[in-house]
Amino acid sequence: MAMTARQRARVSLYVQAGIFVVAIAALILATDWKTMATNVFNFGKIGPMFPDIFLVGLKNTLIYTFLGFVVGLSGGLLLALMKLSSFPLYRWIATGYIEFFRGIPALLVFIAFGYGVPLAFGVQWNVTIIVMISLGIVASAYIAETLRAGLQAVPKGQLEAARSLGMPQWRAMVTIVIPQAFKIVLPPLTNEVILLTKDSSLIYVLGLTASQYELTKFGRDGISSLGAGLTPLLVAGAFYLVVTIPLSLLARKFESRSARTKR
Amino acid sequence: MNDAVHSTTVHAAGVDISDLRKSYGSNEVLKGISLNVKPGEVVCLIGPSGSGKSTLLRCVNLLEKPNQGSIQVGGFEATDPDVDIDKMRRKVGMVFQQFNLFPHLNALRNCSIAQTKVLKRSQAEADKVSLHNLERVGLGHLADRFPDQLSGGQQQRVAIARALSMNPELMLFDEPTSALDPETVGDVLSVMRNLAKEGMTMLVVTHEMAFAREVADRVVFMDGGVVVEEGVAEQVIGSPAQPRTKEFLRRVLDPTHINIED
Repeated sequence: MAMTARQRARVSLYVQAGIFVVAIAALILATDWKTMATNVFNFGKIGPMFPDIFLVGLKNTLIYTFLGFVVGLSGGLLLALMKLSSFPLYRWIATGYIEFFRGIPALLVFIAFGYGVPLAFGVQWNVTIIVMISLGIVASAYIAETLRAGLQAVPKGQLEAARSLGMPQWRAMVTIVIPQAFKIVLPPLTNEVILLTKDSSLIYVLGLTASQYELTKFGRDGISSLGAGLTPLLVAGAFYLVVTIPLSLLARKFESRSARTKR
Repeated sequence: MNDAVHSTTVHAAGVDISDLRKSYGSNEVLKGISLNVKPGEVVCLIGPSGSGKSTLLRCVNLLEKPNQGSIQVGGFEATDPDVDIDKMRRKVGMVFQQFNLFPHLNALRNCSIAQTKVLKRSQAEADKVSLHNLERVGLGHLADRFPDQLSGGQQQRVAIARALSMNPELMLFDEPTSALDPETVGDVLSVMRNLAKEGMTMLVVTHEMAFAREVADRVVFMDGGVVVEEGVAEQVIGSPAQPRTKEFLRRVLDPTHINIED
């Protein structure tokens, strides 16, 4: 029996939807709902997590992320400028740094600063400093590449025009090139913040006092103290989404705005 | 510094270029150029693409570094390795083919940003100077527009006002009308004509032969990195002596070949 192209497309769509429904149904049937109810969706027992998961956990996650981002942004800008420098040594240092820290797991950096540095120098930093530095160091490697691309996307004529007006190189960069580059990199930079928000959970490898707990640590702590199985982690996950989804929407908004106008 | 606003008489500087050479790798684009521009003089550089005229212009404010020879601009030895480039550039206004306005600043701020950051003028004074110069190019009423809200011709006039706001003693124009829609070319040329009348030293790379003939004191024809012919505009464009100049002008002025070298 011959079908028109439109009929074929419709049948294909039904088949795809059917496969999806069957897969979901199989998953639901295969799940041990009784165990799930006590170990994953046991929302009756998570009362004690509140309001601290909010007042302490979420707050600390946001603080750690913010501090990491501030260090990452400053370091990233410095590295991006180094990478674009005409002085080869700067370029080599920046390239080495970026490749190294993008190439190793962030977890290792946390361990290095949490345990390696105290061993090496006999100093014990407080947790906030360690997170700030560890997150910042990893973030700066990623942000550097983003900023470099943004700086290079600003037309060369902009720098030439600024220099022609008598601005020294640094002044031309600060006043003319960097502000334009930031508009270009706003969407990828926002995505960088999302990654940082999640990476702040790596702090769990350090010894923390209760007031230093962030969302993930809070969730893990709840697993052992509340007897609700993994439910506390589910709650922690939801709180991450509360932060990351709006950021994601923000990034999309920046993107469509810069697509609409070149300004 | 109120004279920055009201002076229409220009303190003009001259340019003295001798035996200038510039290469990109093994490709020599300027093969020993000597050119003297007196204060207040308007000199148009003409010639086919790739003749080196834009490179020559860009060497004058050191956007390109010459390999050999010397350039003197208003008391500065541009080719001295120890020259204060930024200080020298304040005296040299540059207008680009692609305008290169700062897209994140409105017309007024485009004109005032370097005044405040480089000349350390107050914002109020810088804005006053900027507005004066925007009015000079006929765009005082569009001072708060951003570049993407202006036509090409308007953008180029803002770019001229921006350069003038630094009170330059010499203006360089690098094909200022080549990227413009034909109907906006006239406005830009008339701004340049007025500037010439006010006594500004101008070095202009252009394909506008009628403009060169009318406004330039001298025309320099370049080809293949050398000056082939130079002299009074009427003579070089009206009755060129060199065969290469004749051939170029024939192609440019013949309506069926207009702008063929672009």
